[in-house]
Amino acid sequence: MDVWDEYSEKVMQHYENPRNVGIAENANGVGVVGNPSCGDVMKLTIRVEDGKIADVKFKTFGCGAAIATSSMVTEMVKGKTLDEAIHITNKSVMEALGGLPKIKKHCSVLAEDALRAAIEDYRKNSQEE
Amino acid sequence: MKQIYMDHHATTPVDPRVLDAMLPYFTEQFGNSSSNTHEYGHKARIAVEEARSKVADLIGAASPDEIIFTSGATEADNLAIKGSARANRDKKKRNIVTIPIEHKAVLDPLKSLKKEGIETRFAKIDSYGVIDIDHFKSLIDENTILISIQAANSEIGTLQPINEIGAIAREKDIHFHCDAVQALGRKDVNVKQDHIDMLAISAHKMYGPKGIGALYIRKGIRLSPIMDGGGHERGMRSGTLNVPGIVGLGKAAEIAKTEIATENPRLLELRNRLAKGIKDRVDSAQLNGHPTQRLPNNLNYAFSYVEGESIILACRDFALSTGSACTSASLQSSYVLKALGVPDSLAHCSLRFGLGKNNTEEHIDILLDQLEKGVKRLRDMSPLYDMAKEGVDIEKMQWSDHHE
Repeated sequence: MDVWDEYSEKVMQHYENPRNVGIAENANGVGVVGNPSCGDVMKLTIRVEDGKIADVKFKTFGCGAAIATSSMVTEMVKGKTLDEAIHITNKSVMEALGGLPKIKKHCSVLAEDALRAAIEDYRKNSQEE
Repeated sequence: MKQIYMDHHATTPVDPRVLDAMLPYFTEQFGNSSSNTHEYGHKARIAVEEARSKVADLIGAASPDEIIFTSGATEADNLAIKGSARANRDKKKRNIVTIPIEHKAVLDPLKSLKKEGIETRFAKIDSYGVIDIDHFKSLIDENTILISIQAANSEIGTLQPINEIGAIAREKDIHFHCDAVQALGRKDVNVKQDHIDMLAISAHKMYGPKGIGALYIRKGIRLSPIMDGGGHERGMRSGTLNVPGIVGLGKAAEIAKTEIATENPRLLELRNRLAKGIKDRVDSAQLNGHPTQRLPNNLNYAFSYVEGESIILACRDFALSTGSACTSASLQSSYVLKALGVPDSLAHCSLRFGLGKNNTEEHIDILLDQLEKGVKRLRDMSPLYDMAKEGVDIEKMQWSDHHE
C-alpha cells in the first residue's frame, strides 16, 4: 500500500492523535457529508458565538487521510469568524497537512464540504430563530 | 520494528531452501536447457525435468510431460482459456462457464474473448461465495467449450467443490480448468481425483520465486499456444526456459508436498485462534466467506462502522490488506465482496488476514491487541457507530454522493 510512504508525518500525527473528536457542546450548526458506500462520512458540529466559531468537533468514518483532514479542518477554523472560516478550502487543508496522496484528495474536499454544510446549517438555524 | 507479514495471499517469502536450490542456476549452471551440444545445456535440462516431476507430484499428474512452465499463473490462466477458445475456432457458438469471483487473470481473458465471439456464463454463488451447483449445471450446453472454476478465492478464502465440479465436467465431456494458485500448499489438490484437465500454478504463492508458474495440461487436451517462437515446452510456450525460476518452483512444490500435513493443521490452529480472539474481543465483526469451507490461512472480516485502511494503520506492526481496493484510484470496493452481496458500506470496512509459515501464536496475540484497541478508538470516532447505537439504519439513510 503506497499510502504508507505517501502519508506525510503531519497526516500520521493527526490520524494518531486527532484533535477535537466528538460533538460540540450546544452545537448550533451540523454538517454531515459523504456516503458509507464510498467509504467515508464526516460529521462536523460547530457552536457559533458572536459570529465566531467558539467550538468545533468532528466524527469521521473513513481512511487515515479522511480522519487527518477532519482533524486539521477543526484546528483551522476554531476561533475564526464565519467569514474567515468560509474561505478555508480543501487546498488549504491539504497544504496544512503537508500534502496528501493524489488518490486521497477527495478527503480534503469532504472536509471543506463538511465545514460549509455546518456553516450553512448554522445560518439556516439562526434565520429561523 | 519490521512489520509482521500477514498478507500471504498477495505473495509469500522465498523459502531459504528454495533460494539455495536456485542459486547455482544463475551462475555456474547457467546453461540454456535447449542447448544440446554441451554439458551446460544438459545440466540445465536435467534440473528442469527434475522440477517438472516435482510439480507433477504435487498435483498428482500422471506424467511430468503434462506440466508446461509459464511466467506465472496469469499466463497459465490465459493459456488455458485463450488456448481452449482458439483450439475450438471451428465451432460456431462457444461459451465458457465460470463464477464471478474468479481472479482477474481468468475474468479479463474471458472479457477479451468476447471479441472473438465467446460468451461467458456466470454461475451463481451463495453469500459465502460457494458455487450454486444446480445453476452451474443449467448453464452447460453443447456449446460449452470450457469450465473455469478456482479452487480457492484469494480474498475470502472460500473453497469451491472442485471434485464435484470436475465430476460434472467429465461426465459432460467438457474441459475443466482450475486456478489452484491459492490452494496449493495449503490444501490437497489432485488433478486425477478431482477430474481436472488444466490447472494453473504460481510459485510465489507457495514460498517460491516470482515470475514463474505452470499450467498442467492433461494428456490429450488440445490447446492453441498464445506465445509463438522457438517451440519450447512442446510448442505450448515458446521462450527460453527460466531455469533458476523453474528449479525454485520445483523445490517449492517438493516442500509444499512434504510439509502440507503439518502446515495445514498449524495454520488452521492459528486461524481459529485469531477468529476466536476477534469473536471475544471485537463486537460487530462479520466474517466474509464461508465459516468452515475456506483456506486454513484466510480470514476476512468486515469491522462495521470503521473503514478498512484506518484499521490497517491502527495495526501498524502488521502487513495486511483491505478487502476493498480503497487505495486504488477508482475507490471501488472489492468485486468479490460485491458478488457475495456484501453492501459497499461493509465492503469498505473489510480486512483480509493471510497467514503463513512464519506466523506464530504470538503474532496473533499482538495483532488481536492492536486490532481491539484500534477498532475501539476508530469506532469512538465514527459517526456511523453513533447512528447505529441510536438505532439508525445507515443503509436506509439519504447520503450525498461525492465520488462522481
